[in-house]
Amino acid sequence: MKIDRRKFVAGTAAAGTMAFLPKMAIAGETIKVGSILDTSGIFDLYGKPMDKAVTLAIEELNAAGGIAGRKLEKVAYDTQSNMALYTQFAQKLTRQDKVDVVHGGILSASREAIRPTLRKSKTLYFYNVQYEGGVCDRNIFCTGVTPAQQAEVLVPYAMEKWGKKIYILAADYNYGQITAKWIEHYAGKAGGSVVKTDFFPLDVADFGSTIAKIQEAAPDMIMSALVGGAHLSFYRQWAAAGMNKKIPMASTTLGAGNEQVVLTKEEGDGILLAYSFSKELDRPENKVFLDKWQKRFGSTDDIHELAVATYQGMHLWGAGANKAGSVERDKVVEALESGVSIIGPSGKITVDPKTHHVVTDVHIVEVGDQKMNVVKSYDQRQPVDTQAVCDLSANPGDTTQYEIKI
Amino acid sequence: MDYAAVVIVEVFYGISVLVLISAGLAVVFGMMRVINLAHGEFITLGGYAAITAHSLGVPIFISTLIVAPIVVAIFGLVVERLIVRFLYGRLINTMLATWGLSLLMIGGMTMIFGNTTTGIPTPISGFTLGRYQMSGYNLFVIFMAIVTVIIIYGVLKTTRAGLIARGAMQNPEMANAFGYNTSRIYMLTFTAGAALSGLAGGVMAPLVGLNPASGANYIAKAFITVISGGTSVVSGLLSSATLFGSVSQIVTFISTSVVGEIALLIAAVILLRLLPTGITGRFLKGRV
Repeated sequence: MKIDRRKFVAGTAAAGTMAFLPKMAIAGETIKVGSILDTSGIFDLYGKPMDKAVTLAIEELNAAGGIAGRKLEKVAYDTQSNMALYTQFAQKLTRQDKVDVVHGGILSASREAIRPTLRKSKTLYFYNVQYEGGVCDRNIFCTGVTPAQQAEVLVPYAMEKWGKKIYILAADYNYGQITAKWIEHYAGKAGGSVVKTDFFPLDVADFGSTIAKIQEAAPDMIMSALVGGAHLSFYRQWAAAGMNKKIPMASTTLGAGNEQVVLTKEEGDGILLAYSFSKELDRPENKVFLDKWQKRFGSTDDIHELAVATYQGMHLWGAGANKAGSVERDKVVEALESGVSIIGPSGKITVDPKTHHVVTDVHIVEVGDQKMNVVKSYDQRQPVDTQAVCDLSANPGDTTQYEIKI
Repeated sequence: MDYAAVVIVEVFYGISVLVLISAGLAVVFGMMRVINLAHGEFITLGGYAAITAHSLGVPIFISTLIVAPIVVAIFGLVVERLIVRFLYGRLINTMLATWGLSLLMIGGMTMIFGNTTTGIPTPISGFTLGRYQMSGYNLFVIFMAIVTVIIIYGVLKTTRAGLIARGAMQNPEMANAFGYNTSRIYMLTFTAGAALSGLAGGVMAPLVGLNPASGANYIAKAFITVISGGTSVVSGLLSSATLFGSVSQIVTFISTSVVGEIALLIAAVILLRLLPTGITGRFLKGRV
């Protein structure tokens, strides 16, 4: 056979294509799960267990046969607690790695940094963190508990136990501001009142004057939405003044990063919290989960609310994709919007189709002996804060994060 | 009436905290003109030393008042010998070097102690003042600030070592000519400053949630206090801490802690505009 130039070009091109094909087929077989979390830097206390949760969930989904017969593969980036890296790695995940879904983001700022990128590239996004609520975007699912879900059960419970006058202490940024409003809302609804609300920047570590002011106001209870290491000083100074024996306290934030272990028994005992998860939750699913975590990572000490939300977010996505029989974004979204539920360590989790938030169990928890003991469980709480502003079935093109007005 | 007493105690407490966290810096900057940007991390290290010692079973007051200053003093000694002594008289270079040191220390403490918030319980229980419940430890902080100031003043003013140190700072060549080893004097002064930072860290440890990056909470206030105080170590420290402590605490009582912090900064800006060399650059000149 005589080879002329034209045939040669055609032949090599075909061979080239042939050479590429098997590789593409292999890449098509594994599903790429993008994970973008701060596993180093100041937020690694939150990020590291969340990263473990992604690993564990992928291994479980793979052990169960993967999704539509395809195995899952984790593509993870450490954003080093640096907001600028979020956009950079989100671009990398969508353009270079071409992942099928992204789980991650910790601070609201990080979520807002990558949400537009992921929407634009049609990459499905799961944000698995307790946050201030109000994000309305069909490309994102928010699987964490929101302030109304906590305040709705915590405020009336604490008021019934302690009295009607509430003094609110909150971190001075959108989470604290919004949570304070919800506390006030539910206090009013239950016939109580807020005597005063104080906001603190995240670096305030001296609460001496605040403690005096609280005594001047003489409330029946304190509601705290303080955030971070500096604010932890409040609980310590409060106990040092002996106030923890006089005025009881409830919080929507203490314990999310396992802070109850940092406070001593005397400082922490008796503080009421509301979360969707506690390690002390007495449910078979939770026991199985803790057992698996223990076997895989050696210790369950680092598990917290956000890690469990991440684990459940992964499984929620897995359930949606399995129902759709595909990891294609639109099919998974449709499947999840049809009302997918899973039973996770914290109880039943259902997607709310209108808001892409979750209906979840919320538990009243009392800190005792550095543990989070469950005192009462409320089943299937709706994300009422986001529901008040967001309806994705009516406006599927919405991308706003609403500021919730109460 | 009770409330007034509470406010007064809190104001003194605010002043005392400023005195404690600024004392080490005042000694190092006031005497040696060395700006130690790792000052905040020195305090944090003192806190960790106290917490670690306490968790190993050392009684709490020994951990905070003895172990913490000694550990940080030794660390300061090493830093002086390895880094700072080559940079005397080069202000910008010392700032850069100590800033690098502060980053290194944050990284090191993160590796050793983990990036989590830790703490120790307060050893003194609360007391009642009229119908108010107060922290007994706040009184202890006030007491420690007074002791610290008396010690610095006493050493500088009444001991021979203090006299030699002050002389060597004013005129190193002359001190050298008299046969004093200025390098050794600088070394000891820096070590003493580090010990004071360690003491501050130890005393503050039971009041705060400590993490490796906590130093940032101290450094700005310490610098404002020391720079506004001017060159005299004790009188500068006392006058500016009193001014800023009262301003921020009183404003905090009237409004919120945010406004209190703002008031402190505004007071500092106005003060430095009117008295560019600090309070003791104009008043109380030549005092210790």
